[in-house]
Amino acid sequence: MFKFDKLVFGDAGWGDEFLIATLMTLLVSILSMGLGLFLAIITVWAKIIQNRITRFIANFYTTVIRGVPELLVIYLIFFGGNAVVMSIAKVFGYNKYIELNALTIATIAIAVISATYSSEVLRASYLAISKGQIEAARALGMNKFSIFFKVISPQVIRHALPGIGNVWQITLKDTSLISVTGLVEIMRQSRISSNVEHSPLTFLITAAILYLCLTTISGRVFRTLEVNYSKGYST
Amino acid sequence: MIEFLNSIQNSLIYKNFFLVLSGLDNTILLLLISLPLGFVLALLFALGRVSKIVFLSRIIASYIFIIRGTPLLVQIYLIYFGLGSVKFIRESFLWYALKEPFWCGVIALTINTVAYGAEIFRGGIQSIEKSQVESGLSLGFGKFLLLRKIILPIAIRKVLPSYGNELILMVKATSLVSLTTYMEMTGIARKIMAKTFAPVEAFIAAGILYLFLNFLMVQFVKYLEWKYNPHLRLNN
Repeated sequence: MFKFDKLVFGDAGWGDEFLIATLMTLLVSILSMGLGLFLAIITVWAKIIQNRITRFIANFYTTVIRGVPELLVIYLIFFGGNAVVMSIAKVFGYNKYIELNALTIATIAIAVISATYSSEVLRASYLAISKGQIEAARALGMNKFSIFFKVISPQVIRHALPGIGNVWQITLKDTSLISVTGLVEIMRQSRISSNVEHSPLTFLITAAILYLCLTTISGRVFRTLEVNYSKGYST
Repeated sequence: MIEFLNSIQNSLIYKNFFLVLSGLDNTILLLLISLPLGFVLALLFALGRVSKIVFLSRIIASYIFIIRGTPLLVQIYLIYFGLGSVKFIRESFLWYALKEPFWCGVIALTINTVAYGAEIFRGGIQSIEKSQVESGLSLGFGKFLLLRKIILPIAIRKVLPSYGNELILMVKATSLVSLTTYMEMTGIARKIMAKTFAPVEAFIAAGILYLFLNFLMVQFVKYLEWKYNPHLRLNN
């Protein structure tokens, strides 16, 4: 039933393929988490500056993406992304066929999804900073730039870390949906292997164990980070 | 004006909308079975998790750990492709359910939501103040009565917002069942895309329907919150 011998490294088994696939999952997760955080910061900024238009756009973006299944967003970006990029390229006078590679599309799709969750976390932790702190910084004559990097960011990071940890777990698990685009990560690898070996149970359980390891280890990492960042706070 | 209406009626999104709409009942059917079942089982699992029977609590804890640590897609594939490949399952009565993508979807969604729900309810049960349980005990309530009249109502009421979140996640999760050839809204949208080569129109039509479904779910949870929190209503 469970064929251990198919999981050895080398040509006889799928061990090395799964190792590469795991690294691919990690790569996509890290890239899209980074891009997602960047998008999230822009979204939060659009929500907190007193501008109706940007706030409306940001709210629209987060509501729609969070209300629509992740799979649909991935399909939309995977099948519709090329057309969008080509039409943008046409504006700049480039008429040849462009095809984005699977990794780029995967990263963008997951980032767009994860940014909506991160933005809620970041917004909540920004609002948790008391106004007095920003006023105090201004009274000390700090400019906007140093207020952001020296007063706001360190506190936002501390408040947001547990939430960001949750978003990371969600992002990590969402990368499994990327398998529909053909990018060979854990899920895709397990489908390929089980089609070749006619033993879905073996490879799907392997995939489950690999995901379990990834989530457990990253959970530990985030807990360590939380302890590190809440130094001086009795929690 | 009439020209404008005609152009809407001829647009691909409009046509796709009704095609995708025909998959709505399949999506709702998945939810109608897995959500109530998931709710009841989640409550039972939460009670088992907080019970003093260490063995039971440990087993449920590891179940929650495994389900929450793996993607739903893996669980769906494991049930649909994985269990189907085992010979003695194919020969047992389980096969009547497991050969249908629909029941595989229901089983996977239920297993998934029970793990998340149990953790949510555990939080609710553990956050009940001791004094409320003690006052129940002092009135001579038995264990079952205490559970029915004090612990569960307060716990469920407290966790309604986070359980509502889980319900919305479940609505979105039904789209994954389309990967097991079950034709619900996402599956139909994919089929339309394969036919017309117009991905954006097909998926936007499906997206609008999912947004609508989630909107209804949010209103439902809001109503429940209003109904079961009479003490928090601003104007009676």
